[in-house]
Amino acid sequence: MTEHTRRQRFETLLLPHLSAAYNLARWLVHKDADAQDIVQEAFLRAFRYFESFRGGNERAWLLGIVRNTCYDWFRQHRQHELHATYDEELHGHLHTDAQTTHSNPETILSQHDATQQLNRALSNLPLEFREVVVLRDLEGLAYKEIAVLMDIPLGTVMSRLARGRKQLAAYLQPHTVELCYEV
Amino acid sequence: MKCDSARELFTALLDQEIGLHDAMTVEAHLRDCLACQVIYQEQKMQRTALQQQLTYFQAPAELAQRIKAALPSTPATSLSVTRRPRRWLNLSAIAASFMAVVISAGFYFMQPSATERLADEVIASHVRGLITNHLTDVASSDQHTVKPWFNGKLDFSPPVRDLTTEGFPLIGGRMDYLEHRAVATLVYRHRQHLISLFIYPAQTKVIPRVSSGITQNGYHLLNWSQDGMNYWLVSDVNLVQLQNFKVLLTSTTPNK
Ligand SMILES: [Zn+2]
Repeated sequence: MTEHTRRQRFETLLLPHLSAAYNLARWLVHKDADAQDIVQEAFLRAFRYFESFRGGNERAWLLGIVRNTCYDWFRQHRQHELHATYDEELHGHLHTDAQTTHSNPETILSQHDATQQLNRALSNLPLEFREVVVLRDLEGLAYKEIAVLMDIPLGTVMSRLARGRKQLAAYLQPHTVELCYEV
Repeated sequence: MKCDSARELFTALLDQEIGLHDAMTVEAHLRDCLACQVIYQEQKMQRTALQQQLTYFQAPAELAQRIKAALPSTPATSLSVTRRPRRWLNLSAIAASFMAVVISAGFYFMQPSATERLADEVIASHVRGLITNHLTDVASSDQHTVKPWFNGKLDFSPPVRDLTTEGFPLIGGRMDYLEHRAVATLVYRHRQHLISLFIYPAQTKVIPRVSSGITQNGYHLLNWSQDGMNYWLVSDVNLVQLQNFKVLLTSTTPNK
């Protein structure tokens, strides 16, 4: 393959997944500028290893590289993220706060606020739960793809997803949940 | 089956990521256990609400340009000399990325069948539209604008519906070629995902159905035939939402 067609093939296959890459990086490292740097670096790495990609789901392949690049960034900038442990007590308290807010009619939030609050809840989830929720509920990857990408057993994908969703569910307003059900 | 073991499998059942045997066991339990039914329905609503409400961050427009500019135009072999890696990039990181590459490279590799070739064509059309920014020849959310646009361009009249109220606004339509014939393509949006729907008259030859869907290169595909037409649906939206969309499309036949 000539360099020109190689590059063309790379752009055709991978650039359509640019937003997927950015969305994952943004959810993992939060800041727009950091996410952009990481995505650019991930694309350069993907290009370097492109020969070894033999087909399959190139989006999952790219997201795996984005995730690795994020982890390298964490090692450099935010060691503590990698060692954060799941704090049942802290999250238990958050739960209670969220439910109190919802049950009080005076503080019923607007749809916009509700989305903000839900986004904040996901941002605050420990990394290991956050990435599973993003990969499944936002990027739509299969459990098997997530298991390969994160190098964890299928059962772990499922249990982290279940716990992650459960934590977030506390931030859903009762009325928005009902609305969704009617559709 | 006990309630606890049934509940452990709810997530997988909701995501259609469960084996047939487990699915049947959990569903059997759900038929008999009201308490579990309540929890299951609640989790189902929560899952839908999460997927609809969480923000999906779109890449800023300039990022694609930035990446294109950063990609080396020199041969890959000289890459390591000409490009200095980022400060925080170390060797173990490169090794880690390489592992991911090797693992996914071994993933499903098979000889393409006729259906798969057609599936490739469908995906290629959709992706071509995305990367050339040419998704529609007629951009309108009005079915009464889009439908007549196909008149005289095709030898059939595709059913066109706007599904904005159901969360799938119509974006427009375009002409495409599949299986050596002109087909109608309708473009819909769901959240930030674009969906192409290809429509053409069913030929006498039977097209193998892929009822449960094909997933290829991160795109999901569904196909079916209805009232003498073949339909292909393709998008990177998640499979569950694509299946919901198919149900919407097939439940009411418009313009009868
Ligand atoms: Zn039960």
